[in-house]
Amino acid sequence: MTTSYEPVIGLEIHVQLSTKTKMFCACELSFGEQPNSRTCPVCLGMPGTLPVVNARAIDFGLLIGLALGSEIAPRSIFHRKNYFYPDLPKGYQISQFDIPLCLGGRLGEVAIHRVHLEEDAAKLTHQGTSGRINDADSSVVDFNRGGTPLVEIVTEPDIYSAAQAREWLTLLRTTLRQLGVSDVNMEEGSLRCDANISIRPVGETTLGTKTELKNMNSFRFIERGIDAEIARQVALVEAGQTVAQETLHFDPASGTLTSLRSKEDSHDYRYFPEPDLVPIVVTQAMLAQAHAALPELPAQRAQRFELDFALTAEIARMLAFRTELGDYFEAAVGSRDCDDPAAIASWVTGELVARLGDGDPGDSKVTPQALSKLVGLVSTKQLTSGAGKSVLDRLVADGGDPAAVMESEGLAAMDSGDELAEAVADAIAANPDAVAKLRDGKEQAIGALIGHVMRETKGRADGGEVTRLVREQLGL
Amino acid sequence: MSEILDLTAAAAGAAVRSGELGASELFEFYRQRAQDDQLNAFTWVAEATPGEAAIDGPLSGVPLAVKDLFCTKGIVSQSGSRILEGFRPPYSATVVEQLENAGAPLFAKTNQDEFAMGSSNENSAFGPVFNPWDVTRVPGGSSGGSAAAVAAGSAPWALGTDTGGSIRQPASFCGIVGLKPTYGAVSRYGMIAFASSLDQAGVLTRDVTDAALLLSEMVGRDPRDSTSLEYPGSLVLPTGRDLSGIRLGVPEELTEGVEGIEPGVRAVFDDALRTAESMGATVETCRLPHAPHALSAYYLIAPAEASANLSRYDGVRFGLRVEGDGDLKEMYERTRSAGFGPEVKRRIMLGTYALSSGYYDAYYGRAQRVRTKIAEDFNTAFESFDFIVTPTSPSVAFKLGARTADPLAMYLSDYFTVPMSLAGIPAISIPAGLSEGLPVGLQIAGPAFSEQRILEAAYALEGAFAFDASGARRSGSK
Repeated sequence: MTTSYEPVIGLEIHVQLSTKTKMFCACELSFGEQPNSRTCPVCLGMPGTLPVVNARAIDFGLLIGLALGSEIAPRSIFHRKNYFYPDLPKGYQISQFDIPLCLGGRLGEVAIHRVHLEEDAAKLTHQGTSGRINDADSSVVDFNRGGTPLVEIVTEPDIYSAAQAREWLTLLRTTLRQLGVSDVNMEEGSLRCDANISIRPVGETTLGTKTELKNMNSFRFIERGIDAEIARQVALVEAGQTVAQETLHFDPASGTLTSLRSKEDSHDYRYFPEPDLVPIVVTQAMLAQAHAALPELPAQRAQRFELDFALTAEIARMLAFRTELGDYFEAAVGSRDCDDPAAIASWVTGELVARLGDGDPGDSKVTPQALSKLVGLVSTKQLTSGAGKSVLDRLVADGGDPAAVMESEGLAAMDSGDELAEAVADAIAANPDAVAKLRDGKEQAIGALIGHVMRETKGRADGGEVTRLVREQLGL
Repeated sequence: MSEILDLTAAAAGAAVRSGELGASELFEFYRQRAQDDQLNAFTWVAEATPGEAAIDGPLSGVPLAVKDLFCTKGIVSQSGSRILEGFRPPYSATVVEQLENAGAPLFAKTNQDEFAMGSSNENSAFGPVFNPWDVTRVPGGSSGGSAAAVAAGSAPWALGTDTGGSIRQPASFCGIVGLKPTYGAVSRYGMIAFASSLDQAGVLTRDVTDAALLLSEMVGRDPRDSTSLEYPGSLVLPTGRDLSGIRLGVPEELTEGVEGIEPGVRAVFDDALRTAESMGATVETCRLPHAPHALSAYYLIAPAEASANLSRYDGVRFGLRVEGDGDLKEMYERTRSAGFGPEVKRRIMLGTYALSSGYYDAYYGRAQRVRTKIAEDFNTAFESFDFIVTPTSPSVAFKLGARTADPLAMYLSDYFTVPMSLAGIPAISIPAGLSEGLPVGLQIAGPAFSEQRILEAAYALEGAFAFDASGARRSGSK
């Protein structure tokens, strides 16, 4: 009998804050400026200089803590994390250690361990083929990024699949974007994610030995990387070997995992309290201000959509976790051209997303009001849902008013008058086999008759009405 | 120009203000004396005297010498180290700016122990400094250059820094006044760091009045230093004439049965106490139960902080770099091996060890707990006493080379000064007399922000001691 394994995943997410200036000096943040143009003696770690905490970064940290339901430390401190590397000008990173700004919390199904503030390292570029510092022809440092404010969010090991990790990160990204504290762009490095991964036999409660997967730079690679690492661990264990604690790099091009360092080579960071800074003391006024600045968050919005608009949990989350979809949906509901929000939600998350993909519907040619009108026409049976999809195709391509499109294309639903009765009679005459089967009690045969009517009427007929008329005319 | 030489900084400033003396003439006088210095007290001297500068500031154009470790824009700032040789920062320390704005132009930079680590100035990459009282002896350290320059009359006044005694002990060895303010009273921005939680800028001057004058322009909060504090009130020139009602505490733990305290030092100290009593003070024994552990705690905390503070000297961005044949780690090792002297290396290793995983609690953590206890001891003592008084150092200036082979003996020269540093409280050293023809300092320590009261008491005592330092001023310069 084979054992089946369950992966257990915890995430560490680094978020660059979109403050105006750096964490400990007055340099403005850099967006692709000339290398080393956004630097000063403080962020270059020159002798005698001292850090001063960016108050805005603390405010952003508080917003994140409140959004994640963390406990805010009334007094937290910075430590020095010591190691030598050319991207670290002082030879230590100023980071929070045993008393972080925010402790605990939860976002969606995942518990938060802690949230703390720190500074980013500079950017190293190695010239030469290896891409590694020791084999490089030369290496250059751009200190523009050095000292950018970072928040590190650490989850509990509370995630049980790569897909769940990806879905949760999407929620986190939307939440942070909603807070306005970061650009949260993985490609540009303003959102970076490490994953701690272990496996255990299903039913086991203790955690297995974990490995750390470093710095994956897209949600897709995170999912693939985690899946690859889970597969590697399962294969090891099934072959009777053990998982070694190590740090790994996932190469998305080849799909391979390489070891960066083992537990034995791990640094001793010699943390100690940063003597150049005073503790962060969070006052009631700071907390009140953060509370007041807190926007509605995706999880809350999803809940409100469920309650106010009678949406299913799934649809509500699809709308709320993509801010732009939620905004579009609310605008469509607000236009009052359709009094069926659930139908609008279904059209937005189904038909519209199918046509626009990851695009923002707010930027499309389909205005929220047009969509609302379209759904209204369908709900009031002036337009069949099939014809509605054709109208939507036209709206996506050219924009405009759905009623006008319906008129000009002749797509209005037929009423159940003589024209439809005639079409049904034609269909009965043209499909004797199907009629015979139907009379024999083979109900599926009615499909051929309905299909005939739909073809002849370009989808303008109502399926239910056609069924009723077929049975009526056949005396069934 | 012997009359200029005999003027205190305050008196020289008054002469400039009254028009009896030109500011340029004063600057040129000291620039020339610094050029001609025979004590190796300076690491940089201005090449020329500026034209008649504005002397509007309260410091009236009296030129200032500052310890090498203060960053001075465009002027070498090397902290006594080979690793920063030739380093010219593009910024000045806040205090240097403050004092220049107040009318004290920079005219020279002074030698020091490398990164302020030392008590004899023998750890400087730029050679030892000689004591103007006896050139076969050390001036103390780490602000040895500043102390020797002021004592020898080659600087009217000077800035130093004090981490465990680095202003007070050389002031004592050189027979001048040295004041270390409350931690946080003066900005640390632009001071090349040794141990951040202890480093404090202060003054080395000929007399107590000069100390008050110079310090009054230095205190205050600096937005660039988060640990600096708004100074409560302002400092004025002292006028104290007696010590009536002043309660002096002599810590039993620091004076009774302390090994290594020289009898001559003890005698000057006892005389000073009798003088204080004759001026109305009461003198009683007090308790600082944890003070005997101060040196041990200090030699964990200061090296721990130094081990991190000195990590930035890695050859990547500034200062010395010795190439490592393409290997990064080798470049680091070669640069730091060549750039740092033996005492600095010793303290980096001590500090690195004290912070290491598994040892942190036993060393750094415990040292911090001792530090808290020492601060509490002082608080308790100050409930019953206005000031704590001790000899500044257990000995007079010792011979060059006498303690270089024995770091522990060297560390003992700061036995009386380190407890105040750990507690972050202000303390002054004033010359109280001679032993074997060499100066002995009296240390007066008070609660945080009691600088004005300390200056008043020191001023009163200074008048009574009538210490004559003019002999040293005549030596040391050609």
